[in-house]
Amino acid sequence: MPIDPVMKRDLQAKAVQVRKLILQAVHTAGAGHVGGPLSMVEIAVAMYFKILRIDPKNSQWPDRDRYVLSKGHSCIALYATLALRGFFPVEEVFTYDAMNSRMQGHPDMTKTPGIDMSSGSLGTGASPPLGMALAAKRLGKDFHTWVHLGDGEIQEGQVWEMAFVASQYQVDNLTAIVDYNRVQQFGFPKDGNVRRRVNPLVQVPEKWRAFGWHVIECDGHDFDALIPACEEAKTIKGRPACIVAHTVKGKGVSFMEGDYNWHAKVPSPEELAKALVELDAALPVAAG
Amino acid sequence: MAKLIEMRATWGETMLELTKTHPNVMVLDGDLGNSTMAQIVAYNAPDFYMNMGIAEQNMMGVAAGMASVGLIPWLSSFACFLANRDLDQLRVTVTQPKLNVKLAGHYSGILTGKTGKTHIDVEDIAILRALPHMTVVAPADSVECRQAILVLTDMPGPAYLRITRDATPVIFGEDYRFAIGPVVPIREGKDLTIFGTGVQTTRALEACDLLASEGISAHLVHVPTLKPIDVNGIVAAARKTGRVLTTEDHNIIGGLGGAVAEVLGQHHPVPMKIHGLQDCYGESGPNDAMLEKYGLTPKHIAAAAKDLLSRTR
Repeated sequence: MPIDPVMKRDLQAKAVQVRKLILQAVHTAGAGHVGGPLSMVEIAVAMYFKILRIDPKNSQWPDRDRYVLSKGHSCIALYATLALRGFFPVEEVFTYDAMNSRMQGHPDMTKTPGIDMSSGSLGTGASPPLGMALAAKRLGKDFHTWVHLGDGEIQEGQVWEMAFVASQYQVDNLTAIVDYNRVQQFGFPKDGNVRRRVNPLVQVPEKWRAFGWHVIECDGHDFDALIPACEEAKTIKGRPACIVAHTVKGKGVSFMEGDYNWHAKVPSPEELAKALVELDAALPVAAG
Repeated sequence: MAKLIEMRATWGETMLELTKTHPNVMVLDGDLGNSTMAQIVAYNAPDFYMNMGIAEQNMMGVAAGMASVGLIPWLSSFACFLANRDLDQLRVTVTQPKLNVKLAGHYSGILTGKTGKTHIDVEDIAILRALPHMTVVAPADSVECRQAILVLTDMPGPAYLRITRDATPVIFGEDYRFAIGPVVPIREGKDLTIFGTGVQTTRALEACDLLASEGISAHLVHVPTLKPIDVNGIVAAARKTGRVLTTEDHNIIGGLGGAVAEVLGQHHPVPMKIHGLQDCYGESGPNDAMLEKYGLTPKHIAAAAKDLLSRTR
């Protein structure tokens, strides 16, 4: 069911803001990732502006929902979202990768308000959310835990260790979101073309189902699909849920979309200007 | 003859004891409960026990997540898996964020019940000592093991406890109190200082008797805490005799010998010899034969002491 159109426009506008911040921050830093962060924008915005029970003024609130960005290299998207949500000033996003900044190249829970777990070595962020979910049950807490995985990341074996154990313990206060953009840092040749490279991992929903998870597939850039999917995931009892969110790496900038070369490339001043024009053009227009 | 007790049994019993006083303690088992004695908790306090399956990397991350929410997870597995297989998970999700996760590294050293090289861990101290924020403790006997479990559970932050499999002599009285850091003088002597760690300290104690029978007076100091290392205690003990021998059931690189050399090299250089595994892996075999072949018996320690003396007298 579609969500409230006013809310949808607001979330879409937030998504454009996040995308612009990502590109501007990476451009300023002269380093960082672009493709993966652009791929996860709607998911992060849906989480922090609609789904999560959080308090930006009290980032350590013990009863808050947990959200772990396991594909930690995409953290600039999370920083931009957290800033817009009020965890820290938006200007601070521009200190990304700078010395002594709280905006580290990969998430550091000891430095950045709103980061629930350090991550960055792919796969390692998959399991702490399971520990949080198990601990919530043990301590009688009702918070929900979300873990955001990359589709490249799920090549890591640790993810499937987690998938097995979560299923074994019928952990229904944990939801995984797979950012399924089908591109990774370098990837494998597509149709024998060594210059066109993809993540060839197939049957992703089937894999999670085989591990005993409740799987929901949706368009990871459409709030009308994404938000109901998140809400459905929270209602599943007796097993963990996995949202396979179909996304586009580099989403929102035509010359970055689907191109592995933009995994971690810094846009030139010209590229940045062109991208910002495209993003502004995508700003939602109020109906009527 | 000293009483012999299995440290792993003491670990299981002490964890069960902790469940009565520490409601937030949780034992996570890498499916080795009937080897590590985590089964004592599994059978008697099942709410405090979870089998994490044959999936150590996930287990380490689960512990990090639990600790972030306020539980005190004790991971139970073989030392070789905790220090080696899930090192990346330990580093990224436990020691970097300084989370309150405790590691019980069972079957450490070369005496692992004939399991052979894969399950023998003679690198754990070196690896874990190199991780910032990590505390590394190797108790000498079951009394000290129990004490260390109690202390480490109440200490915030990551810690590793090095535990052995088979029954070994109890050298400490029930009134012994372990503290993180300080070295523990075991026997006074004047000709050389011997530093031991873990169960190897009990073999060094026997070596002191062998040396005494030959008129050599060894000053024996036990080093239960490999990190943070007791700089003042090590310097003071070295100063007493001017010669230092270290002995450990661990590789001669990066373990107790390395830690003591780092201290003395910078603060009080003295002639020194590092005794332990000669940069090699182990194999399958009965305990006595293993100690003999790999040179860890009291006789070997005494020989190393005499070698040091002959070079420096």
